[in-house]
Amino acid sequence: MKLRSWFVLPTWIWMVGLFAAPFAIVFAYSFLTRGVYGGVEHPWTWENYQRLFDTLYLTILLRSFAMALVATLLCLFLAFPAALFISRSPKHKNLYLQLVMLPFWTSFLVRTYAWLFLLRDTGLVNTVLQKIGIIHSPLQLLYNDGAVLLGLVYGYLPFMVLPIYATLERLDPSLPEAAADLGARPWATLLRVIVPLSRPGIIAGAILVFIPCLGAYLTPDLLGGGRTVLVGNLVQTQFTTARDWPFGSAVSMLLMLLVTVLVWGILRRESEQLT
Amino acid sequence: MRRWLGLYAVAFFAFLHLPLLTLSVFSFNSSRFTVWEHFSLDWYRAIFHDPELIEGTWNSVIVAIAATLISTVVGTLCAYGLWKRGSRLLTGTLYLSLVTPEIVTGIALLALFQWMFRWLHWHLGLYTVILAHVAFSIAYVVIVISARLRTISPNLEEAAMDLGASEWGAFFYVILPALGPGIIAAALLALTVSFDDYVITSMVAGVDSQTLPMVIYAMARRGASPIINAISALITVFFGLLIVISERVRET
Repeated sequence: MKLRSWFVLPTWIWMVGLFAAPFAIVFAYSFLTRGVYGGVEHPWTWENYQRLFDTLYLTILLRSFAMALVATLLCLFLAFPAALFISRSPKHKNLYLQLVMLPFWTSFLVRTYAWLFLLRDTGLVNTVLQKIGIIHSPLQLLYNDGAVLLGLVYGYLPFMVLPIYATLERLDPSLPEAAADLGARPWATLLRVIVPLSRPGIIAGAILVFIPCLGAYLTPDLLGGGRTVLVGNLVQTQFTTARDWPFGSAVSMLLMLLVTVLVWGILRRESEQLT
Repeated sequence: MRRWLGLYAVAFFAFLHLPLLTLSVFSFNSSRFTVWEHFSLDWYRAIFHDPELIEGTWNSVIVAIAATLISTVVGTLCAYGLWKRGSRLLTGTLYLSLVTPEIVTGIALLALFQWMFRWLHWHLGLYTVILAHVAFSIAYVVIVISARLRTISPNLEEAAMDLGASEWGAFFYVILPALGPGIIAAALLALTVSFDDYVITSMVAGVDSQTLPMVIYAMARRGASPIINAISALITVFFGLLIVISERVRET
């Protein structure tokens, strides 16, 4: 079977040349010194990693973690009932699923911009509130943590619905029925039987939402207006305006490490529980 | 509980779709503000008089088509190769490329290109964007095609070879046709992620190779504008139609 080795070759070339090689360079840069005109210079140093423990950067890292965590939890609470509704609907399941997927197919940038359009000072929300007379001057709805959180939740919600729906669909219907027969009320059945059984879907959805939220750059930049600095923005700034590539590289390596360890750890733990 | 769930679902779908719907409705408003004046197509006309938007659209179309073609071919071959004999290293690398934060992929590619250009004296341009887009779309293609391959019995190929087909023949005339719908789905996914990408593109695009998302982004940072509403509505309708048509094709 010679054919198969030729078939994977182009992918190997692309992954080594444009995925592994760039990261090798970033890894090397993270131990170098910042050049006078940007760029990198010798000598080798640990300094970039030491700087990560500066309170300023630790705070940014913790904030990013907190934001991603809150966004993931919000997605979970919003997505679970929706997934439950779709899995229980007698017909039109496909239609509902496509309705969930449709925003995913349209541009992420456009969906983020939609909130910029709705929440700005002269946006629909402020205009309507002023017309009704609830407020007299426009509220500052944009450029704060709330707006960023809303953008993240809106952007990644479909990623949470689909895996939860998939596990609910595979769930043995006789289990909730048995719970009901044994006297459990609908809410108890939901919380003590259905939710624990949909754990694999919840975990998969949480990974799919948490990871992009942790490294988010577009949403905090557009809806946070540069005031909400998350770790993704920190990386971007170091490579553009601050021109400190070695430090930006160190932040990137840390972010990659966190993401890899997190995904690997969760998947390992989950697969152990399954076997 | 059933009724609550139904009510919740209405609110949920409204939350998911109303923002884009209002955005599109107000692209037909003659006023710049979010107060309805009267119906007008002025903002759509304005798109065609904006040289930056036109150029950005062309660049995006070129990049998306090139990246989709390359990544679909490369990814399909790879999925087939992995189906014949798995490789944990390659699968792991592909998954890793998928979970890497976009901004990190972007700066890493920028670092690579800058490092190479020190010797090569080339410049960032449309081709660096295409190279980058292929790099992040391959994983999507491989995952979609692999899922499809799992539904195909390996006996199918063996049967073809028992009946005298060569290894190539079995791949071309048996496996590829069976993969048809999967390949369409994978290409569509690659097309949408490529056409939509801003973060990675903004790091590796040259000064003369702005893509549509980059132009929209620059405009949006200056504040909301009805022209962005109009172009957003066009993008949404275009991809919506593409998805609907591809679903039809897959069903027949």
